[in-house]
Amino acid sequence: MKRTALYDTHLALGGRMVEFAGYELPVQYSGILEEHRAVRNAAGLFDVSHMGEFLFEGDGAEAALNMLLTNDIRGMTDGRVRYSLLPNENGGAVDDVLVYRMNARKFLVVVNGANVQKDAAHVGKYLSGCDFSDVSEEVCQIALQGPASQRIMEKLARDIPMKYYTFVERTEVAGIPVLLSRTGYTGEDGFELYAAVRDAEALYAAVYEAGKEFGLIPCGLGARDTLRLEAGMPLYGHELDEDIPVNEVGLDFAVKLGKEDFVGKQAILAHAPEYERVGVRVTGKGIVREHCDVYSDGVVVGRSTSGTHSPTLGCGIAMLRLKKGAEGELSADVRGRSVSVARTELPFVRRK
Amino acid sequence: MKQYTGTHEWVELRDGMAYVGISAHAAEELGEVVYVDLPETGAEVTAGEPCCELESVKAVAEVNSPASGRVGAVNDELADSPEKAGEEGVWIFAVADPVLADGLMSEAEYLATLG
Repeated sequence: MKRTALYDTHLALGGRMVEFAGYELPVQYSGILEEHRAVRNAAGLFDVSHMGEFLFEGDGAEAALNMLLTNDIRGMTDGRVRYSLLPNENGGAVDDVLVYRMNARKFLVVVNGANVQKDAAHVGKYLSGCDFSDVSEEVCQIALQGPASQRIMEKLARDIPMKYYTFVERTEVAGIPVLLSRTGYTGEDGFELYAAVRDAEALYAAVYEAGKEFGLIPCGLGARDTLRLEAGMPLYGHELDEDIPVNEVGLDFAVKLGKEDFVGKQAILAHAPEYERVGVRVTGKGIVREHCDVYSDGVVVGRSTSGTHSPTLGCGIAMLRLKKGAEGELSADVRGRSVSVARTELPFVRRK
Repeated sequence: MKQYTGTHEWVELRDGMAYVGISAHAAEELGEVVYVDLPETGAEVTAGEPCCELESVKAVAEVNSPASGRVGAVNDELADSPEKAGEEGVWIFAVADPVLADGLMSEAEYLATLG
């Protein structure tokens, strides 16, 4: 199992380590609920160095990348970030990614840690017309998330991206060279910082120190999951997968069927969506987690893809892969017990 | 005096009832409890078999009864304050006319198994 450059930092901070995406990472430090609330009310600091980073460079980079993605990256300006799916030939998702346009000849694509190898293989199969490199092993990533993030970053950096989904390619945070991105996976304002692996510990320590006066605490994978779920954000391997058509996952804003040909386009066009991604609150007792069958009038109409206790709402929440047009009262089979759930709009929790 | 199971429950006899909770180690492993599925008063329970569930944000844990008998009382406070189920010494349910499981350990013996 691999360790990130912050492994010793996690141990020193009392992190409880688990395996995730091939890495030993902290699931929590002080506790998931406390960490979750810190991000909703103040700030939290995450090690997300398991994420992968690919570079696409050359005159043909934009066109080559656009062939690989469901979203249309033409017309992006330098310093913009765009979410996309990386589709397979059958219209499923190899991964979901963030595309950073550095300039017309250079794009950074951030992929899920567990998918780095298969994504690279997939890219290798379809890419033509530009250079591709996987720089995941050279890059660390930390995420500063929460409403106090900007005030914390103002103490450390002069050149701060002001709009959500924008970034500054080369700047310094506490004197350390970083790519500073205003993005995140929590539903709150925040930043994701990409730096050289050798700078990881110093960067983490600087942000942690600067944030303490605002209530920042270190946060683990447990809080990352409850936060993204409340924010209604999909997680690869749960809401998205190779076998789930990309037009059944509620991400149509990132699937541009009007653009020129791309991998999987014909398969997506040929597939009439049968399922949709739906959010539900538990109205009965307990928690509906992933892989629970969902019933309506005694018939299975779907399955939960993620579910947890929402610390903000104080009840169970789940995302379902539900048959389109399913009507009536829904219930989930939780280890043989029927638990009532009610459809609700995504996201479950909106930014204050 | 509390006795412990290998599955991290404790049991304590008080006034003829066997009060049951989870060990500090189990509570630490599970994380904050956010929901308790209490057994019903009067339900039959069997030593070594699951009879209620504790859910934390990340996981669900079954509580095995350290005694056979029937449920004589449940700690209703946990319905509104489930996090207390993980606090030191807080009981979850109590078994009336209990027949304790074989192989229960003293606290020292239990702690030794944790290594």
